[in-house]
Amino acid sequence: MMQQDADRPLLVAEGLSKWYGGRLGCRDVSFAIYPGEVMAVVGESGSGKSTLLQMLSCQLDPSNGRVLYRTRDGATRDLATLGEAERRFLFRTDWGYVHQDPAAGLRMTVSAGANVGERLMAVGWRHYGHIRRTAGDWLGRVEIDDSRIDEAPASYSGGMRQRLQIARNLVTRPRLVFMDEPTGGLDVSVQARLLDLLRGLVAELSLAAIIVTHDLAVARLLSHRTMVMKGGDVIEIGLTDQVLEDPREAYTQLLVSSILPP
Amino acid sequence: MSAVLELHAVSKTFTMHLRGGIRLPIVAGVEFAVAAGECAVLAGPSGAGKSSILKMIFGTYRCDAGSILVRRDGSAIDVASAEPREILRLRRDALGYVSQFLRAVPRVAAIDVVAEPLVIAGIPRAHAHERAAELLTRLNIPERLWPLPPATFSGGEQQRVNIARGFLCDLPILLLDEPTASLDAGNRAVVVDLVTARKRRGTAVVAIVHDEDARASIADTVIDVMRFAAAA
Repeated sequence: MMQQDADRPLLVAEGLSKWYGGRLGCRDVSFAIYPGEVMAVVGESGSGKSTLLQMLSCQLDPSNGRVLYRTRDGATRDLATLGEAERRFLFRTDWGYVHQDPAAGLRMTVSAGANVGERLMAVGWRHYGHIRRTAGDWLGRVEIDDSRIDEAPASYSGGMRQRLQIARNLVTRPRLVFMDEPTGGLDVSVQARLLDLLRGLVAELSLAAIIVTHDLAVARLLSHRTMVMKGGDVIEIGLTDQVLEDPREAYTQLLVSSILPP
Repeated sequence: MSAVLELHAVSKTFTMHLRGGIRLPIVAGVEFAVAAGECAVLAGPSGAGKSSILKMIFGTYRCDAGSILVRRDGSAIDVASAEPREILRLRRDALGYVSQFLRAVPRVAAIDVVAEPLVIAGIPRAHAHERAAELLTRLNIPERLWPLPPATFSGGEQQRVNIARGFLCDLPILLLDEPTASLDAGNRAVVVDLVTARKRRGTAVVAIVHDEDARASIADTVIDVMRFAAAA
């Protein structure tokens, strides 16, 4: 039963394209994500990777193509056919979305504990003590000291805010998490800590994730597979170590050769 | 004994698009098979393509032609044409690889680096740590280093952490890229013992070993990679 479940794709993109009037967002993107699989989408700004992420997560309607998602009841649904209430339900229960700017994914004026607890309440948790304890556990897992549970994230550093946003997303045990440049605005030392944390959580919870990043180091540390995009087109897709160590396309070779050795 | 790993007519050429599309042939017509409990050592001068062959078997390098068959339970998977998911599954269940250098992750403790493959395979962390501790002890990594990230370790210590990680899971095929290169005689002997024990339990090993004594102790066959030199 479990094995069967792992052998069926969670999300399938079929020929996804987006045109903004005459300007191309991205073109003919197809792939499948399986449970527990992490895929990085890498490319420069303007490559179409954020457009793709928004279409995958129902925030933007594709011009062509479709996204299929397997819900917890085992049915495969075309996201375009879901009603607004069903989409919201998916976002509350099955999905997480980590924004580059934590302020976009957090409520900045309510306490850290409430930021995490809110997601639990949205899936039906009612017992205050349980909610507070679970929120406290999650702050601990993202290395935020328990003593700061009642502070609003407005008083947190950038790295702490990002960790709080991750706790808020993962507390409901989603099956799929979208991440848009999760380490984007952070100092290098803070990035390393966050990456290490994400790496542990993704493996431990066997999360499927689609991570948009311009940073190949993020792709290397977090993802099983990497998709390279440029100017709206998919240039190359494969195992992450294969794409990084044996890049086939000229553009990927350029990207890889531009990384400074660690 | 029947082969668990077979390479047929495997070839590899790098095309350097940033250098005007220069084609760099690495190997062609690679042909060998390894049976359970057997160790094949790839020999040849530096640059002959030994590491590239190991990387093709592990799926890190694509191959341009030929097939790389991993046989298990009566079926065969061709790494050369397998889907990424199948290769990931093979790495979890069948293919172990000790690279030449440890790729350290910032902040992760040596013991966790070693235990990770078992944790990924679903073994409880405590048990994985026990096994990791046994191997680290065997490889003479002092216990005070276990909680530290290996990035600051000496070359030989990093190499031993890498070996411990590679030997942790009991997988049917083990690929070793210069496992004894930066080790002293005592630790080299430990690695030879580990390989020998693994062979006895039926693991098929493909190794690159320059040290002549170590090679003589583990090799059942020596494959001269110059046979597969690609015509430029």
